[in-house]
Parts: sequence; C-alpha cells; structure tokens
Amino acid sequence: MEAIISIAIGLLTACGVFLLLRARTFPLILGLTLLSYAVNLFLFASGRLRMDAPPLVRDGASYTDPLPQALVLTAIVIGFGMTAYLVMLALRALNESGDDHVDAREKT
Amino acid sequence: MAFLFGICKMTQHAAILPILIPFVAALLQLAAKGYGIGVQRAIGLVGALLGVVAAIWLVWLADDGMGRVYALGDWAAPFGIVLAADRLAAAMSLLTALLGLSALLYASAGFDERGRHFHPLFQLQLFGLQGAFLTGDLFNLFVFFEVMLLASYVLLAHGGGMARTRAGIAYVALNLAGSALFLIALGMLYGSLGTLNLADVALRLQTPGIDVATARLACMLLVAVFALKAALLPLSFWLPHAYAAAGAPVAALFVIMTKVGIVAILRVQAIALDPATVTTDLLDGWLLPLALATVLFAAVGALAAPRLRDLTAWLVLASAGTLLLAPVFPQANVSAAALYYLVQSSFVAAALFLLAEQIAVRRGEVADAFRPGPRIHAPWLGLAFLLSAASVVGLPPFAGFIGKLMLLTALRDSGDTAAIWSVLLFAGLLLMLALAKGGGRLLWERSPHHPHASTARSGWRRSTAIVLLVSPALLLALFARPVADYAARAAAQLHDPQAYVSAVLGTQIIERERKP
Repeated sequence: MEAIISIAIGLLTACGVFLLLRARTFPLILGLTLLSYAVNLFLFASGRLRMDAPPLVRDGASYTDPLPQALVLTAIVIGFGMTAYLVMLALRALNESGDDHVDAREKT
Repeated sequence: MAFLFGICKMTQHAAILPILIPFVAALLQLAAKGYGIGVQRAIGLVGALLGVVAAIWLVWLADDGMGRVYALGDWAAPFGIVLAADRLAAAMSLLTALLGLSALLYASAGFDERGRHFHPLFQLQLFGLQGAFLTGDLFNLFVFFEVMLLASYVLLAHGGGMARTRAGIAYVALNLAGSALFLIALGMLYGSLGTLNLADVALRLQTPGIDVATARLACMLLVAVFALKAALLPLSFWLPHAYAAAGAPVAALFVIMTKVGIVAILRVQAIALDPATVTTDLLDGWLLPLALATVLFAAVGALAAPRLRDLTAWLVLASAGTLLLAPVFPQANVSAAALYYLVQSSFVAAALFLLAEQIAVRRGEVADAFRPGPRIHAPWLGLAFLLSAASVVGLPPFAGFIGKLMLLTALRDSGDTAAIWSVLLFAGLLLMLALAKGGGRLLWERSPHHPHASTARSGWRRSTAIVLLVSPALLLALFARPVADYAARAAAQLHDPQAYVSAVLGTQIIERERKP
C-alpha cells in the first residue's frame, strides 16, 4: 500500500507542477488542484498508513492517528476556497483582456 | 458580581483580544451590510482603535517577561493549540494594529467604495496577521497565514483594473504553491517528530533517536516557505509587481506581510532550530549571501523604478533583505537591532505608499511617474516625503539612521563584517540616489505641457493617516532609548528558548511515548 500511495502522490505532484508551469490560467488552476490533492494525500500519510483501524482510541483495539485526518480536513477546506477564488479571478482577467495568458500578452 | 469577576479574569484573555477584535468587527460589518458604508466604516474604525488599545495593553502585560501562554479551550499544549504572547509577539501585534488603523483611516476617505466588502476583508486580514504573530502552533500558523492571504488576495484586486487582476493571479498562484509546500513541510514534521507545537518541536529536535534527515528536510522546507513570504531573493520577484499594483492603503497594510515571514524565521530559528544540534547549522552558508543579494537586487530595482509606488515596493524588498540578516546570527543584540529596524521601516514604507497616491492625484495624468509634471500646491506633502525619504535611506537624525546604526553595530563581530557593511552601505547609497532623483522629478521639475495642477484636497482622514505613519520616523528617534530597551528585552526573551518551552509545556515536561 505504501508503494501505491507514494506513486500516487508523486504522479499527482509531477502533473501538478507540469501544469503549474503552463502560462495559461486554466492549466494553472488544474495544476494547483492536482498539487493540493497530492499534498492532502501526503498529509494523510504522515500519520502512518494503517488498515482497518478507526481513528478512535478504544481499549486494546488498534487505532490510527486522528490528527492528520483533522489537518487534512482543514487543508481541503482552505484549498477549496482558494481555488474557487482563483477561478473567479481568472474569469475576471479573461473578461477584461479576452485572453487567458497569465501575463495577458501572448508571445508566439 | 459575575461581571466584576469577569473583569478580574480579563488579563488572562489579553493574548487573544487582538485576534478576536478584528474577527468580531468583520462579523458585525457583514451583518451591518444593509445599513450603508458609514456604519461599516464606524465599526471598522472603532474595531481598529480597540485593537490598538488591546495591543498596547498586551505589550504592557508582556513586559513582565513571563511569556503569556493562552491555551485555547483550556486544552493544554502540546495537545491543544496555544497562543504564546511574548514581548516580540506583542510588539508585532501593536505594529500591526497601528498600521491597520492608519491604513483603514486612509481607506475610509473613499477608497473603500471602489469595490465590495472592503471593510470585512480588511478586518479579516488584520485577524490573520495578528493570529500569525501570536500563535505558538505551526499548523495554526498555517491557518492564520491562509486567512491573511485569502483576505490579501481580494484586497489586492480591490478597486479593479487589469494591472491588479494580473498581479493578483500571479500572486495567488505563487502563494497557493507556497501553501502546498507549507503543508508538505508540516506533514514531514509531524511524520518525523509527531508534533506541530513549536515548543514541543523544539524539545523533540533535541531528543536522540529522531529521524534526522526527515526532520532537517521538514525544517528546511518550512524556512523556504517563510522565505517566500519574506521575499528572499530567488523567491522575491512577486513582491514589487504585487505591491505596486495594489491600492495605496492596501499596499500600506501589505508592508507588514513580509514581516510575518521574517518574524516566523526569526522565531523558529531562535526557539527550535538553533538550540538543537541536528538543525543548528541549517541556515549557515546560504542565507547570508541570499539576504545580501536581496538587498542589492532591491537597490538596483529601486534605481530603475519608473514610479514612486514601484520605488516604495523595492524599498520594502530592501528592508526585508536587511532584516533577513538577523536569523543568520541568532544572538540577542542582532535580533534587538532587527526588531527596531523592522518597526521603523514598516512605518516609513507604509507612509511612502500613501504619499505616492496623494502626490499622484495632484499631478493628474502624470501621476507618480518620475517625469516632469504640474507643480503641486501642497508643501506638507513635500515635507512628509522628505522626512520619509531621509529616514528610509538612513540619514540622521531620523529613526532609519538609528535602526541602521544599531544593526551595523550589532553585526560588527559577525565575522562577515566586510561583506555585510559594504553591501548595506552601498545599497543605502543607491537607494538615496534613487529617492533623490525621483523626489526631485516629482516635486520640482515642471513640464510646460501640464501647467495646471489638479486642485485635489486630501481631507482630514488621509492627512491624519499620513501624519500617523510619518511621525514615527521622528518619534522613534526621539524615544529611541525606551524602544531599543524594549527591543533588547524582547530579543533576550526570544533567545531564551528554554523559558519559552517550559512556559508553553508547563514546568514538568511530559515524556510521551515516542512514536514508532
């Protein structure tokens, strides 16, 4: 499972960074979204991966660390709000200039 | 009776008041949206005034040196989130409150009507800033960073226009990437040390048997994120663009945002990184050259700036570079000098942003570009500009001179004196040239094409705000001794990590079972 999670995080990060370096706002937003997925998975894994264990401490039973789950929840909410604002800003830039290049002057 | 009891218990809540006041003000302003902008302005200004009072109270309380720790919900550290109001945090809180009050007063003269929801967002920005300075928990620091940034994204775009939208997209994208990095750093820190409370991190970095490589990498990433906010050289290209595009009062408030990154580096270095043997050399070798390069880069940028607002943005970058020298040398005297320098440079940069707009509205279409234009009929603006410019380049007898002198003296025994002194003094010369050239063009050179100056008046709100921000250049010089003494006490407290750790975690430090 460790291998699957690490490959998923790595792949998401790579795609995110690649898209982030495009100079157009739509790929930029997609890239940031992929990057935030990768980060959320990474945070989730920082409490160690454990199968079939609830995030509750009960006597004797095995449990998984609940703190990273709380952190991920916070990170998801914040990332979602930020991305929504960036979409609005990109739409406004598109309306104002008719171009979704991040610097609004396309070099061919 | 209960009320009296409540008043008596108030002192223990002093640490959270500077955070709560802007938050409550923002909620009230949202609720009062239907009653017009006058009500929102009143709530905002009362909130900002109360914030200043609360911050002064906190500075006074924190000066007993006990290191006030406020456990939110009474959950003890390291399990709950704590606020740690030591002298440094209290001083930064007061600086934020004063800058916020001045910028808000200026914005209330009409800037706030150029877009929607200016006032609640302004208060939320203050909320995030205050929280970032006062918190003692790294994840909570992330949350307050995001609150601050989200409000700043909207404030940057406030007033509209292509330039602001474009600058906004680059700024938001860069900071979102920075936030992702911040979360990765926090995940690695939690994975390797099992805690995110700063005091507990400091303690665990010193315990043997930790995963040193991961912990070092996590700390390094954390410093890199703070360096992005503080605009250290390879990460500083966003700053001049974004600050010059923002509206004047917004830019004046943004001046404090680079300081959040600087104070965060300073604090993490003094409390967690420096005392632990595994991370004590983390900032060695690379931060000093980069900080000096930032100063030079900013000085050259200032020489090339076409407008006063661009020049001021480069000045913010120059002071950020100068301040980033402080974490390289984790000693009390360097931090004390840096704290004094930070306070005076924040005020003067904010004043210059407001002055740039006031000069711009009087010069019509030439605005604040360094080109000959119409004569402006406002000698007080010229005088205020002269005062601020003289202080920012470090001419005596202003606060900028004292700040620079303190910093240069403190760095005299650093071992890299030659490099530091020559870079700082040479950059000061370049900045002086840039300001003298620009100021002369703005205020003296007249163009025959623009014979008539605009008859715009500033109004009492704008002029009061400018006076509030320019006067510290004189006041901080007049009262340099008490301020420098406070800075010295704050620095001494900052460089006593054991006192910080035991204040946060309690005197008997809990030995928890180490994570497998």
